[in-house]
Amino acid sequence: MSFINYASREINCKIVYYGPGLCGKTTNLQHIYQKTAPEAKGKMISLATETERTLFFDFLPLALGEIRGFKVRFHLYTVPGQVFYDASRKLILKGVDGVVFVADSQEERLDANIESLENLRYNLEEQGFHLEKLPFVMQYNKRDLSNVSSIEELRGLLNPDGVPEFEACAMTGEGVFETLKAVAKLILLDLQKGRR
Amino acid sequence: MFGPQSPFVMYDEELKSITAVIEKLRRESNSKVIFLVDKNGQLIASVGETGHLDTTSLASLTAGNIAATGGLAKLIGEKEFSILFHEGEKDNLHISIVGGRVILVVIFDQRSSLGLVRLRVKRASQELDQIFADLARKTAEVEKSGGLRGPFAEITDDDIDNLFR
Repeated sequence: MSFINYASREINCKIVYYGPGLCGKTTNLQHIYQKTAPEAKGKMISLATETERTLFFDFLPLALGEIRGFKVRFHLYTVPGQVFYDASRKLILKGVDGVVFVADSQEERLDANIESLENLRYNLEEQGFHLEKLPFVMQYNKRDLSNVSSIEELRGLLNPDGVPEFEACAMTGEGVFETLKAVAKLILLDLQKGRR
Repeated sequence: MFGPQSPFVMYDEELKSITAVIEKLRRESNSKVIFLVDKNGQLIASVGETGHLDTTSLASLTAGNIAATGGLAKLIGEKEFSILFHEGEKDNLHISIVGGRVILVVIFDQRSSLGLVRLRVKRASQELDQIFADLARKTAEVEKSGGLRGPFAEITDDDIDNLFR
């Protein structure tokens, strides 16, 4: 649910990065944080364990610029990917405007991806959202590794509806901004159509 | 705030009323900073010595905090915990939910007291609740009469692309 503030001429949208544990959600945000000009970003907050696993969420506010005199702000969140943090994931999805699913391309994580995507669908429906109706993009991460599933296989299992999809290597930043841009665009187009 | 799909809209007039209420609350409760956040973590308004504060992060963490304690409440069969209090060495945080919709955060030090803050927050909450109820009605009316086209009705692909240059 976006927040349109006519008083301060701002529009705020919430983007959630979802995916199985260790797929690279936090790494996506870290890359965006590192590569964004200081005036366009706020502080990145990571609520993580001592071993740097996300405990509750990461948060990164971005103010990318203006459209028609309105400041456009995106609030980026990640969820904790580990299966047992499901209660926290549900909380973070509240009021979401767009979702990025970060899939781990490694063959041995195929089941984890499918399980996480089903979990996303279920948690959204609990709150009255339908993934098909939300701005949603798919990122196939870790394409630089040697033990990865083919894009065709990933697409068949994770993206049968053919939402915008991107190959990425979040560690080097490849595909990270393309993914963000795609979901941001879908959100703004929804606003244009008055759907959000 | 007004259903999962529709945007939460704030207008000049309501923001002025809201700011007036929380500024009065700040004076009467002798507190340092007051801010209002929606349950999704968006900052709505703030008054007081906010210059040195990262209000965006505060808003997001406050909403996360309320969401987490709300989850705890449900697990033990409560609807929600409507007040949270965090005591620090110098500054304290009083967090409360107004009308089930928004979160009111009061930062205060030894110049005030928990009792005074609680008392004043209670009264201000009623006023805020009324303003947000009116705002919800206004938003619903706008939606009924054809929906809010907002400032984005005429944006182009170029507008969007320009954001990422």
